[in-house]
Amino acid sequence: MPSHAIELILSRQLADCLSVPVFIVDPRGNLLFYNTPAEQVLGKKFEDTGPMPVGDWGSSFYPHDEEGNPIEPEGLPLVQTLQTQLPAHRTFWINSLEQKSTRISVTSIPIIGRSKDFSGAMAIFWDNELHL
Amino acid sequence: MRVRLHGTRGAYPTSSVENQTYGGNTPCIEIIEGSQRMILDAGTGILEIDFNRDYPENRIDIFLTHLHMDHIQGLAFCKPLFTPGKEVHIWGPGGSSEPLINRLNRFLSPPLFPIPLRDIPSKLSVHELSEEPFTFGDFEITTKFISHPGPTLGYRVKSKSRTLAYIPDHEPIIGKEHLYSEDEWVSGFDLALNADLLIHDSQYSKAEYPGKIGWGHSSLEMAAEFCSRTQAKRLILFHHDPAHPDTFRTKMYEDFVRGTHYSFPMELAVQGTEIEV
Repeated sequence: MPSHAIELILSRQLADCLSVPVFIVDPRGNLLFYNTPAEQVLGKKFEDTGPMPVGDWGSSFYPHDEEGNPIEPEGLPLVQTLQTQLPAHRTFWINSLEQKSTRISVTSIPIIGRSKDFSGAMAIFWDNELHL
Repeated sequence: MRVRLHGTRGAYPTSSVENQTYGGNTPCIEIIEGSQRMILDAGTGILEIDFNRDYPENRIDIFLTHLHMDHIQGLAFCKPLFTPGKEVHIWGPGGSSEPLINRLNRFLSPPLFPIPLRDIPSKLSVHELSEEPFTFGDFEITTKFISHPGPTLGYRVKSKSRTLAYIPDHEPIIGKEHLYSEDEWVSGFDLALNADLLIHDSQYSKAEYPGKIGWGHSSLEMAAEFCSRTQAKRLILFHHDPAHPDTFRTKMYEDFVRGTHYSFPMELAVQGTEIEV
């Protein structure tokens, strides 16, 4: 497998250093990397799963609105960024591993390197109830 | 394929008597196969090239990894640029919001240099490289952006018989002791994969590196691990720190070698040597 673009590699290195969950996906939404805090969201360790197809991870944390209605994939910031190659942001709820509904804010940004190619996107999950 | 090391020193040139073992010129190497020649980087090492003897034709091509001063400062005194009738092509990293020629012009113009690029008497062409493979004569060249501050390319040069990887400034993993276990997450991996010769940054000792995190350079240990992971067949340890006497650098290398068990040959780069690949 050819190595990833440098902007993806450096994104992973940044994610490795952050204390909030970070997900990095390729242009098709396949999950290339998630950091240790993100393992708490997915309930899986990157060392165990490696990269995951979008179908295996996209709905695993049950994104929903305040009334508990599921949010369709196209309503999620990361999916929007993949579709538009633009930053996106939204506050919504996910289910934690203990099935507790947690209010989070998600910011996603496109990863476009010096070659101007769209290499993927990075999503940062902010737990609004957590004080770092 | 032969490689001539005209400059092996990082950061700044040194004329200290304590730096004569590995040489004081900043990076420049030449790749030679048959009548084909290729110049990589234009540190002060480029001033060692005998252009009258080795480049009798009018056209000269210089390939830059990046624009840090130690890799371009030889351009200012590179004779072909100031020879009317010569055609000089400079190739370097694109990927910046500012064109490469403008970035070069910051250095090659007043007040840092008396003559602006537009007044240089040779016919100058500047070409921006990205990550598209291309050919240069008989050489097949692959460039990739690598982990180093600012737009920086590593080169893989393949001739009919041999492959060389030139990655003189590189911090493949930042602030960690080892590379990621997955090859696809290793900066520069494709450039060096199975290369016959890898010329790689190795500025620091393992003990020095924690104080230099993010500066864009490797320790000896990191360079060797990178070589091992990419299965390059031979390693030239490059970009010596001019702040250290060469006796210190030699001891640093000997201490490092004593603690390793790599099977590939490796050595410290020595200015003026020619290596048969």
